[in-house]
Amino acid sequence: MGDGGQKVLEPKKAHSTGDTGSGHTGHEPETSPIGSGLKKRTKEALKDDFLRKAVAFTTDKLRGGRLKAADEFGDWETWRERGRAIRQHTISHLDYYLGQFADNVVKNGGNVHFCHNGDDAVSTFMDIAGRHRAKLVAKGKSMVSEEIHLNHHLEEQGIDAIETDLGEYILQLARETPSHLIIPAIHKNKRQIADLFEADAGRPFEPDTKTLANYAKQKLRNYFLEADIGLTGCNFGVAESGSITLVSNEGNGRMVSTLPKVHVVIMGMERLVPTFEDLEVVLNLLARSATGQKLTTYTSILTGAKRPEDLDGPEELHVIILDNGRSEQLGDPIFQDVLNCIRCAACLNVCPVYRNVGGHTYGSVYSGPIGAVLTPLLQQDMKEAGTLAYASSLCGACYEACPVKIPLHDMLVHLRHRKVKMKLTALPERIAFKVYQTMFGSVTLFKLATKSAYYLQKPLARNGFIKSGPPPLSGWTQSRFMPMLPKQSFRDKWAALQAELAAKPRNGAPAVGGDAKAKGGGGHDAE
Amino acid sequence: MKVSLFITCLADQLYPEVGESVVRLLHDYGCEVDFPQAQLCCGQPAFNSGYQDEAREVARGLIRAFEHSDYVVSPSGSCTGMVHHYYPYLFENEPEWKAKAEALVGKMYEFSQFLVGVLGVTDVGASFPHKVTYHPSCHAMRLLGVREEPQQLIGAVKNIEFTDLPRKEDCCGFGGTFAVKMADMSEAMVCEKAACVCETGAEVLVGTDMGCLMNIGGRLNKEGKPVRVMHLAQLLEEGRRA
Ligand code: SF4
Repeated sequence: MGDGGQKVLEPKKAHSTGDTGSGHTGHEPETSPIGSGLKKRTKEALKDDFLRKAVAFTTDKLRGGRLKAADEFGDWETWRERGRAIRQHTISHLDYYLGQFADNVVKNGGNVHFCHNGDDAVSTFMDIAGRHRAKLVAKGKSMVSEEIHLNHHLEEQGIDAIETDLGEYILQLARETPSHLIIPAIHKNKRQIADLFEADAGRPFEPDTKTLANYAKQKLRNYFLEADIGLTGCNFGVAESGSITLVSNEGNGRMVSTLPKVHVVIMGMERLVPTFEDLEVVLNLLARSATGQKLTTYTSILTGAKRPEDLDGPEELHVIILDNGRSEQLGDPIFQDVLNCIRCAACLNVCPVYRNVGGHTYGSVYSGPIGAVLTPLLQQDMKEAGTLAYASSLCGACYEACPVKIPLHDMLVHLRHRKVKMKLTALPERIAFKVYQTMFGSVTLFKLATKSAYYLQKPLARNGFIKSGPPPLSGWTQSRFMPMLPKQSFRDKWAALQAELAAKPRNGAPAVGGDAKAKGGGGHDAE
Repeated sequence: MKVSLFITCLADQLYPEVGESVVRLLHDYGCEVDFPQAQLCCGQPAFNSGYQDEAREVARGLIRAFEHSDYVVSPSGSCTGMVHHYYPYLFENEPEWKAKAEALVGKMYEFSQFLVGVLGVTDVGASFPHKVTYHPSCHAMRLLGVREEPQQLIGAVKNIEFTDLPRKEDCCGFGGTFAVKMADMSEAMVCEKAACVCETGAEVLVGTDMGCLMNIGGRLNKEGKPVRVMHLAQLLEEGRRA
């Protein structure tokens, strides 16, 4: 292999994430609380020009690809609706399809483990690993294993886990977590990746895609052959056959799932479709929404363990089906649809917040708009994780892009409402909105308040603008000038305006004299 | 045709000239315009911040103000979007109010939507010899589906030098309280938007929502960029007088 015959990846114990020579400040998911660390992480990300350029560049490419692919596909809205219907039907009958899927996995010689939470899933995996005295696990890309922090647990048990997806492999070298659902190392540019490989190989690298990919390929080849267990996620389980579908553009999923003697699948309990016909629809939507491809380069559909007549395949297949907060959403009128997600990341790619701050800012494995909704729901934590619901301007671009029409922008608002109902918002804010309700409940009060505001703003104004407002406005005026309230509001001008119109003919129609004043039944307010 | 104006609290207080332009245009097209004084806010600031109870009470005020109107027209896609998209939900458990909310939805239009869709006007006969670009606001586009109307109206203006805004569908970062609560994220977004506006070389940025225009204009002003922001109604009305 020419790289020192090193069998397994040396965990870079003292490898701080900041030493890639890039200025990237790195990410410590365990030490920075999701909600209270959000502002700090935002500030850091915004200072990181490398990160912002890399993220903007790649998301632009992906979103452009998506639009083109959707266009070529034709009748995108009909397909979207079909995708939504399939996912909604599946989730509404999830108990049925889970049963059918599990029965079929077992029928085909596999084993099924239902796990309530991350700890259950980890210990189930450890049991399997223990029985096989596993020392080396080759991993395909799996967000669910990130969700349950499996690598960390494996490391503790002295089991080497090697990420075989190129992006994940890069992050493993950097000791970071994914910052995008499908492009985990989106925040890194080629120079940063070359630096990581240099540190790993002890020789210089050109920041060239081919050279870098070749190095990783060489390194990873042995792992596939030597691994005791191949671990993958599952893009879709097909209930009617008990099949596991894996899509990738690198083919590593295929290797991981067929070369090692044992294949373990960890999947979220919602990742099912009823039939192959449905699978066709969602695979089409997934590939086009994710990367703008017609289909991903490799699509593996695996049904059961190796049968005697098969040439290859694992001797043992285990499917770990994880709940971890998902079933809590079942039956919820507002949030159940979050389980429809097919993890295509289209919502990340169009999100202007994600574009500017990248995935690590969210402090959770799931980032972007879907992460902001999913994380508090799965963790059932409105206090900390619930803060992610504010990381959106509610522009609705995520909903528009979502191939299965999940109304993420509405869900974000409903999460904020949940936070309010649980009295988890700050007291001054709660008071402010009570005042708001009172003030906007009475025209008289409103007029009084705005008149006072007109006079109160004067000391703050310079050259007709408010250049630094008091809190909470100060956040706004730090980067913008605020217009001043004019002396007369529209309301104040209305009488004069009516007089002006009364004297002017309406589109050739004769002038209506002074009768305009009498119009409108909308309740006249006493001055 | 009788038309009631919903001027929105922001336009009422900060940009009265927008409402004036709307009134003059509608009047010119034969509408009998009134301004029910009882109207205040649509409730969006509270609703978007999660304060649904407070938003509901404010919404009641708006519904009452327009109970007897035939048509309601507003120079804001965002506030109109709030009514269309969330009012029926807000009154889900109060059948009587839900019916009233739905009645308001049925007669309420964003300004360009009304001009094109109801009055059938796409050319107001304006001339505007300036370099112009247009920012489509998120809520007009995505909550109301207003996409073509402003483009049609601008397209018919004579002598206008129009340039498409790069990344036009990206949010400007206003989002009401978002701009205050998540000031850093919002700043990054508005800076990018302002840069895109400057890239076009436009003298005038036109839009259909004063929230977005206040945000982008505020940034442009802070950067000392000589770009004027205008509501579409202002541009059309000024162009008609030219
Ligand atoms: S929420 Fe929709 S757009 Fe976002 S990842 Fe899931 S399926 Fe894709």
